[in-house]
This record gives sequence, C-alpha cells and structure tokens, in this order.
Amino acid sequence: MFELLGIPPQALFGQLLLGLINGSFYALLSLGLAIIFGLLNIINFTHGAQYMMGAFVAWMLLNYVGIPYWGALFLVPVIVGVTGVVLERLLISRLYHLDHLYGLLLTFGLALIITGVFRNQYGISGLPYAIPGQLSGGQNLGFMFLPNYRGWVVVASLVVCLATWFVIEKTRLGAYLRAATENPTMVGAFGINVPRLITLTYGFGVGLAAFAGVLAAPIYSVNPNMGADVIIVVFAVVVIGGMGSILGSILTGFGLGLVEGLTRVFYPEGSAVVIFVIMAIVLLVKPAGLFGREA
Amino acid sequence: MRKTGFIVASLAGLLMAGTAFAQTAVKIGVLNDRSGIYADITGEGSAVAAQMAAEDFGTDKGITVEVVSADHQNKPDVGSNIARQWYDTEGVDVIADVPTSSVALAVNDITREKNKIFLNSGAATSDLTGSKCSPNTVHWTYDTWQLAHGTGGAMVAAGGKTWFFLTADYAFGHALERDTSAVVTAAGGEVIGSVKTPFPGTDFSSFLLQAQASGAQVIGLANAGGDTVNSMKQAAEFGITQAGQSIAGLLVFVNDIHALGLDVAQGLVLTETFYWDLNDKTREWSARFEEKTGKKPSMIQAGVYASVLHYLKAVEAVGSKDPEAVMAKMKEMPTDDPLFGQGVVRADGRKTHDAYLFRVKKPADSKGPWDLYETVATIPADKAFRPLADGGCPLVQ
Repeated sequence: MFELLGIPPQALFGQLLLGLINGSFYALLSLGLAIIFGLLNIINFTHGAQYMMGAFVAWMLLNYVGIPYWGALFLVPVIVGVTGVVLERLLISRLYHLDHLYGLLLTFGLALIITGVFRNQYGISGLPYAIPGQLSGGQNLGFMFLPNYRGWVVVASLVVCLATWFVIEKTRLGAYLRAATENPTMVGAFGINVPRLITLTYGFGVGLAAFAGVLAAPIYSVNPNMGADVIIVVFAVVVIGGMGSILGSILTGFGLGLVEGLTRVFYPEGSAVVIFVIMAIVLLVKPAGLFGREA
Repeated sequence: MRKTGFIVASLAGLLMAGTAFAQTAVKIGVLNDRSGIYADITGEGSAVAAQMAAEDFGTDKGITVEVVSADHQNKPDVGSNIARQWYDTEGVDVIADVPTSSVALAVNDITREKNKIFLNSGAATSDLTGSKCSPNTVHWTYDTWQLAHGTGGAMVAAGGKTWFFLTADYAFGHALERDTSAVVTAAGGEVIGSVKTPFPGTDFSSFLLQAQASGAQVIGLANAGGDTVNSMKQAAEFGITQAGQSIAGLLVFVNDIHALGLDVAQGLVLTETFYWDLNDKTREWSARFEEKTGKKPSMIQAGVYASVLHYLKAVEAVGSKDPEAVMAKMKEMPTDDPLFGQGVVRADGRKTHDAYLFRVKKPADSKGPWDLYETVATIPADKAFRPLADGGCPLVQ
C-alpha cells in the first residue's frame, strides 16, 4: 500500500471525486456568467440570487403545487429564466450603452433586493428539501461511499455544460449569437432580431443558475444567503478562466473544484482561500485569464 | 408652520416630563443580528419577546417601558458603536440579547464602563461569566460550558468514547471544541482528530469523509447555524449515521431542526434550556409569540423575555432604575417566569436553570411542523452550569 504525502490513496481519490462534484456547481454557475458577460457585456451580480431563487422555486413547487424534484428540474429554469427576461427587458437593457460598472451596480442592487425579499418571507434558517427517492442511497466504490445523488449532479452538470458549449460554438443559432456580439448592426441588417436574441440569452444564462439551484437544493441548505456564499467563488472562477470564455469557464469550474478538494485534505483552513490565491497569480501572469483572449 | 411644530413639540416634552416624575421610564435596547445567520434565532423575534415582557409585566406599576432595536451585523465594531450611541445619547438603560460572542464581549466592556445593565441571552461564550465577568452583566440562557457538558457528557455516557470534531474556524468554534474536548477526556473518552472548516461553509463532505475515515464513534459539530444544517444534511447523504457513527450537534437550535427536516435530523441528540412544548406555560407563551411572529420561539428569544421580565421586577422592587441597586436586587431575588421556571442569578452574573437533553423525533412521531423534540433527560440547574468557583471570575474571589 503506497501513500502519497502521508495521505492514503483511498482518501485522495475520494477527495478528488468530491472536488469534481463541487466543480460541477462552479462550472454550471460560471458558464451562465460567462455567457451573459460574453454576449451582453453585463457582469451579472444577480447570478447568486438567481441560483438561490432556483432552489426556492423548487421548494415552492413541491410545497405549494406538489410538483416533485424531476418536474422542478425542467420547470424551475424556465420560471426563473422568465423572471430574468423580465429583468433584462425592464432594467438591464437600458444599460448596454454605458460602462460595465453600471451593469454591475444595477445587478448587485437587484441581488440585494431579491435576497432581502426572500429573507423577509422565509427567514434565514432555510427550508428542508429531500433528495428524490430514486437517487437516495449510494454506491460503495471501494475507496469511498458515493451518494447516488452526487453522481447524478456530476453527470447532469457535464451534460448541460457540454450541450451549452455545443450550441454556442457549433450551431447556426450560436453563430448568430456570436456574430451579434461582434457586430449587432450588421447582424440586424440580415433580418435577425438582435435585442430579442440578447434577451433570450440572458434568460438562458439565468436558467442555468436556476438549474444549479435545483441541483443544490437537496444537498445544501436552502436559505436566502446560499447564493451570496457561492457567487464570490464563482466570480473568481470566471476571472481565472477568462471573462466570456465558454469552454474556459467549464474547464476552470471543474479544475478548481479539484484543487479545492485537494486543499481540503492537505490544509483544510486554506480551502476557502486557495481559489483566490490562484486568481491573484493568474491575474499577475495572464491578466486575461487562462482561456481568455487579450483585449 | 415650523413655529407651531416647535410649540407642539415643547408642549409634548413638558407633558412627558410631567409624567416622568410620577413614573420610572425604562428604555431597553435589543441589539442583535437582524439580517445574517442568527436573524431567525434572535432578530426581530427577540425584540417582540422584550415587548411581550413589558406588556406581561403590566402598565399599572409606575414603570413605562420603551423597546428599541438595532442590527449589529455580527460585527464587534458595529455593535460597539450602537451600544455607545444608545448609552450616551439615546438614554438606553439596558441592552438585551446580543448574540455572537465577539460582539457580546465588546458590549460587556462598554456596559461596565458606562455603568448600565447588559442582559445577554444570545451569546455562547462562557467567558462572559468567567474571566471577563462584569458586575453589570447577566448571562441568561446558555453558554459553551453548559452545551459541552450537556451534549458531550451525555454522548460519552451513552458509549461514544472516541471523537472527531468538525470545527468552525473562528473563536466560537475553537472555544466549543476546547470545552467539549475537556468534557470528553474527563469522562474517559478520547479525541482522535479534528478539522477546522472555513466559516461560513457550504460543502462539508470532504471534512465528513475525513471524520468517517478516522473511525471515531462520535462526530462533534462545533459549529452553528447554516454550517450545522449543511453538515447534518451531508452527513445523512453520505450515509454516515447509517454506518454507525453518531453525530453530536453541539450548538443546535430548534429553528435549525425545523430547517433540516426530521428525515435528516432524526436521532440527533442536543442540549437546549428551553423548548416551546415543555409544559402548559411554555406552550401558552409560545402560541402568543407565534401569533406575532409566525414561528415558535428559540431558546434565545425566550431568554430575552425572561431576562427583561426579571429586570422589570427588580426595578419595581427597588423603586428606581439605579444600575447598582437593580443588579443587586436581580441577584438577591430568585427568578420566576413561565419559560424557565425558578432560578437564580449568581454573583458572577450567570443565570442558572434546568437544561434539557433532547432527541430529535422520528418523522412518524411528529404531530406538526414544530413538533421536533422528545426529552431524554433533565439536567438540574446546579449540574447544568459551570460551578461558581471554576469560572475564574474576579467578582467571586
């Protein structure tokens, strides 16, 4: 039996797998942020609140309407996505011609308001949300006990991330989107409704956050602050990956999950900081991010 | 217009001054977390509890009570500023509640300096009645010593000899781990490891896995609020309790269990000094509280009610609000209220009453959304809290 730096390999594999699971959330959330930034040039600080809304709407569907987890997985992104569309139409679309900073301030304010409303309504302690029956229990992998639900999180997140990447990079719709960000006037001249395309993109990005929220509801505490806790890390992930890079945000999301997992084994106290240390180094060495293009 | 306003205001002032001669006007400031992680267990509910104490005390005893409240955001500097402003310019006589040990210790110092009264209910640190004790402070509801001995002692007695701690990486977590470790070791148990988790945290699975790998019989959660909820939820998910390890929640409130749901929390053993469903009196009061706030009270909110009520009784008995005389009266007069029953305020400021060891019910046994605990044991007041001589409080030497 070999040991690596005093850690038995079983523990190491276990922690790496856990890191991958956390990475799934980082990837999903940073992907939404990257899409919104890449195509709208808006730094969407409301993202954390929208992730939280995803978890809460899943809870509401279950408790007020009786729709279980699987229904919520499809309905919640649509519902929260529509609220995103409304926000974009009413407020955010007015800021496109201004500096990034205005979009950041607006979305930050919106995040505070949304969080405050939920806190007022549901309190801070959180709400219970059970793991769906089909996914309870787990598999003994030899080196660790893997709950079925965690396995599902990795699979679902990978599928959604890759599908999103495929649509944006490899299809005609994605080509329109990318073209519209490069030169909206020209694309508009070809008869494509650019403002609608942008609105729907924002709605989709928000839907991704809500999807992550539903995935998180059974394993993390469903409370109004859950978004605020995770969003800072996700921003760091986006900065490391390169603002606006789709594939970059997916890869860094999973990658940093792994790094964080390893830190938890070797130096647990530092696990909250390690991502920011990496961010600082990346910003010094390659300011556009690992996968970003130099502006 | 402005002139009329001024005259009206002066007249009103005169009227108020007139009544002040006949009555003692007391101003109580409820200082706590109104928006962060402790907002549900303290927050507006504590202000409501203080108001209820004023109402239940009655308006016919020549004492008028005004309750004000503020948010200290769990930051010592913010809390200190509010406390100074309240004492210096706003005529506050008593500060009540103050969760978050670091803020409570700051307010403890300021209250002593200004010679006012501090009725702490929300903070956990046993230093408030130990090395940092003050003649101006009463620590009402619970403390780290009591939690460690209640839950820690009970788990060791039930056969949990080896322990592994998940400790929130800040002063409170460290203190709770230290106190509980001492209890475990003294009872013949052994602490075989611990991990400091970043605060606040979301994902505890890595740490839980380390705890699992350690093979300890008991995993002690030296954390609070959302951290506890997340670690419990994930411990259930990873099948840790099913595999035979027990979880000890060292600071768990009824609101946390409500948030977790019984499916996840069932079987957890914990210590509190108050539960809404203890007897007819607690049920009656909690029903009134629920009418106003929409939820059952936490033990901290109950403590705010009981401490304010005891203070008002002392003011009535003394006939003035002179802090020294009132404090002396509060310590001399036994306490008696519907929520904690009978007790005393000791010389070091520690209020003692019975504590309870609860077990979280199985979902099948629960009759309602707040029917969460069954009582395992009652820890009598003299056993529940640290003996007077052991605290190192200068006031008792």
